[in-house]
Amino acid sequence: MSESSVSESSIRQFISFTIGDEEYGVDIMAIREIKGWTASTELPNTPAYIRGVINLRGAIVPILDLRARFGRGVTATSPRHVIIVVAVGSRVAGILVDAVADILAVSADEIQPPPQIERSDIGFLTGLVTVDGRMVALLDLDHVFAFDDLDLTDGVAAA
Amino acid sequence: MSEDQPYDLSRFKATYFEECAELLAAAEETIARLQLGEGDLEDLNAVFRCVHSIKGGAGAFAFEDLVRFAHVFETSMDALRSGRVALTPHVADLLVRGTDTLGDFVRAAQEEVALPADHGADVTAALERILIEEPEPPSAVPVPSGAAPVVNAPILWNIRLLPAAGLLLTGNDPQLLFRELAALGEIEVVADLSRLPGLTEINPRDTYLSWTISLITDRERAEIEEVFEFVAGDTADVLITQIGLDVDGEGEGWGLFLPLSEPAPDPAPAPVAAVPSVPVLPAPAVARADPHPPLSAPIRSGTNASTGASVGGSGGSGIHTASIRVDLDRIDRLVNMVGELVITQAMLGQQTTGFSVESHPELIQGLQELSHHTRELQESVMAIRAQPVKALFSRAPRLVRDLSLKLGKQARLVMSGENTEVDKTVIEQLSDPLTHLIRNSLDHGLEPPEERLAAGKPAEGTIHLGAAHRSGRIIIEISDDGRGINRKRVFDKAVERGLIDRTAQLSDEQIDQLIFAPGFSTADQVSDVSGRGVGMDVVRKNIQDVGGRVVVQNTPGLGARFVLSLPLTLAVMDGMLVAVGGERYVLPLTNIVESLRPTPQQTRTLVNVGDVLTLRGDYIRLVRLYELFGIKGAITDPTRALAVVVETEGGDRIGLLVDELLGQQQVVIKSLDSNFHPVEGVSAATILGDGRVALILDAGALRIMGERLSHDATVAAE
Amino acid sequence: MGKCVLAVDDSKTMRDMVSFTLRGAGYTVLEAENGVAALRTIQGQKVDVIITDVNMPEMDGITLVRKLRGLPAHAGTPILILTTESEQAKKDAGRSAGATGWIVKPFSPEKLLQIVAKVCP
Repeated sequence: MSESSVSESSIRQFISFTIGDEEYGVDIMAIREIKGWTASTELPNTPAYIRGVINLRGAIVPILDLRARFGRGVTATSPRHVIIVVAVGSRVAGILVDAVADILAVSADEIQPPPQIERSDIGFLTGLVTVDGRMVALLDLDHVFAFDDLDLTDGVAAA
Repeated sequence: MSEDQPYDLSRFKATYFEECAELLAAAEETIARLQLGEGDLEDLNAVFRCVHSIKGGAGAFAFEDLVRFAHVFETSMDALRSGRVALTPHVADLLVRGTDTLGDFVRAAQEEVALPADHGADVTAALERILIEEPEPPSAVPVPSGAAPVVNAPILWNIRLLPAAGLLLTGNDPQLLFRELAALGEIEVVADLSRLPGLTEINPRDTYLSWTISLITDRERAEIEEVFEFVAGDTADVLITQIGLDVDGEGEGWGLFLPLSEPAPDPAPAPVAAVPSVPVLPAPAVARADPHPPLSAPIRSGTNASTGASVGGSGGSGIHTASIRVDLDRIDRLVNMVGELVITQAMLGQQTTGFSVESHPELIQGLQELSHHTRELQESVMAIRAQPVKALFSRAPRLVRDLSLKLGKQARLVMSGENTEVDKTVIEQLSDPLTHLIRNSLDHGLEPPEERLAAGKPAEGTIHLGAAHRSGRIIIEISDDGRGINRKRVFDKAVERGLIDRTAQLSDEQIDQLIFAPGFSTADQVSDVSGRGVGMDVVRKNIQDVGGRVVVQNTPGLGARFVLSLPLTLAVMDGMLVAVGGERYVLPLTNIVESLRPTPQQTRTLVNVGDVLTLRGDYIRLVRLYELFGIKGAITDPTRALAVVVETEGGDRIGLLVDELLGQQQVVIKSLDSNFHPVEGVSAATILGDGRVALILDAGALRIMGERLSHDATVAAE
Repeated sequence: MGKCVLAVDDSKTMRDMVSFTLRGAGYTVLEAENGVAALRTIQGQKVDVIITDVNMPEMDGITLVRKLRGLPAHAGTPILILTTESEQAKKDAGRSAGATGWIVKPFSPEKLLQIVAKVCP
């Protein structure tokens, strides 16, 4: 997502959701389904924002706590919390959010580049858009799910 | 479907190469049997058909190099199966090389690369040589002189003979020409009557016919031209065209034995009195006796009694059953679906545990039947993916022969259980480790003949390769009666490599297992047979990757035995559900030796080791799962928890501390990696009856994690 | 109504090619991987042309031709045998067994259609 897509005036749809007071948007094309929170199975020795794995119709799907990913503490889950299941490349994963807010139709030229300000989530955004006076931050899913920079297999090599 | 090229056959290439791989493997396996003297005529027919089919398809795709070599190979196979050439050990070896070379050409065609022009030239020459040099077997009927052993590939020629009016005046009887041609090979003559005038117009001195002659011969064009020496030009037009493989689709390439709708060129109404018996010549060559009279095949006694030597090879082998070809993806999908069914069935079982037979007899009985049918369905589906290990073992005879020659050793290979079936993926994964283990036995295990004789053993060593089903797993063994593993040398080497401390106290078994340590090699010098690059650690890794384990049993002076234990299938396994804190995990049942609640006397803390469990005089490292995985709320006092004695791949044991055992259950293995990353200590995941995910524990990794943890703790304490 | 052709060959590649070519031209194609399977396949089936390989396990093409000719329902069905240049003896065997004609492998799709049309106009 660079300047070229900004200049296009095509309409894109986003699902927006909230984490605390912040509203975020994910391209609707990436979303597989939205479901209520179900208890996950914890994965040992993984970062706090990995909330374990759930069974999604037979597939083992990891759940990422977006609040924790942004460094704002682990979400205290309740049945009202929501998992947004997205496809990232060939992988399927869930993101844990507080609530789903809206479906937005945004023309590409309305999307602004993320501002160069101090924000814990700034590295995970592709842009910002203002809808009805609300600021919605658009997520860069590739970056959110960049597990490759995690050293999860630490120690295996020592065998 | 492409409209402009409706008959583009390149789309069948994938099928063709897939088929080639199967045919080559089948040929290899059959030739291995022939080498052992266990083959029969049907085996020769089978190899012939393999080569023949490869050639057939290659022709369709115009893989010319492949066709050329396959043709030579096929000709030799034909001579063998017809009994014209005896199957000597030399010839059998040649067939192995031939199959290899054929494989080279297939691969070159598949990868669209050109092999050097002289590739396989030596094999080609050798294959051609056996057709000439090989003396006829004693029982052979002399080959008719007209059909001298074929050296050049016979080629189809098309000859048009259009005699000028008055051909007969030149004293050239076409029939004589045809006879001459027949001496060169096989001919077929078709007369063209179209120039035949009405009865009243016939001039008895003229010939009104023309002929088309198909000639199959290995002779040169010049020899064909020679036949027409006196007629070509003035008295007749002769057109000689080569319709061999080198000619593209322009050739006739087909024909009818009995003209159908066209007016039959019936000789009877021919009023051409001056040309007696000319109209249609039943070519003399066509009717001649089969140049390959049936012989009793000069093959060493086979188990199969079919020595009828029918050239057509119609003897039923009885092994082939009706089969269809199914894409592996479809089977995998089926396997997955059955996996889901197993989970659903487990879930229903769990949901209904409160129901009694008295209150819900039909429900309970139905569930039992469902469970029964599910397991049967699962086994049937798994059986689709199962293949006999024969495919895996078929390379061994050759490997043993080649290597023993190279190493100057005498070795005999004994195989058993080749029909044991195992999942296709397991077979694929085992190919390399098995090859390595066989090499290892020959290279390091078996002694040279003099050394064996000096040790009171027969000069010829024995390598045994066996497979069997045992308690839900497949066991593959490679054993030899060689010198065994020299423990002192292994120990010294391990010290030298820094793998262990010189003062380490190791049991014999522990020393033996050191050969699986990374980078280990016991050969005094690195030989080019084994020991370079790939070590036994890689062998172990490959086997572990398919959920298997390998152990070595060593009797110094008498031999070594490597035992591979593998799951029958990769998708489902029997597990023990254990609870730790609020979490549940699955331990593979095959890893579990026993479980016990340790007494205070059984638990000790050793300096430099950490917590151990004493069990019948042995020390077993106590590994606290809650500690490794950071699980809260678990029982920390070993005497109140349960220790599950788990055996890892290397034969090491650990006591895994868990809260309680929840029961045994069959689980469907699901990959964690497909959507996430590997997690240390976890081999995969599964879905329990309540729909929740449970992690499947990796015993070997837990042992390593446990060691590291206590090592870190020891370092911290110092 | 399309004519029905039975293609008999132990090589799937060959069967695929024959089927593909003939189906493209509107024929219905049945397949069998050897003589025994072919005999099983034609039971109760009306087949207009049979194309068979010669070298096959279980039952070779020549035997198949002979057996077919012994069946009243197929005594007159056109049968083409697939041969290679090096199999002239087979061609003769096919002729005496009662085959209608032969096609040399490899063949072009056009050639195949041409001869099938010839024996089954």
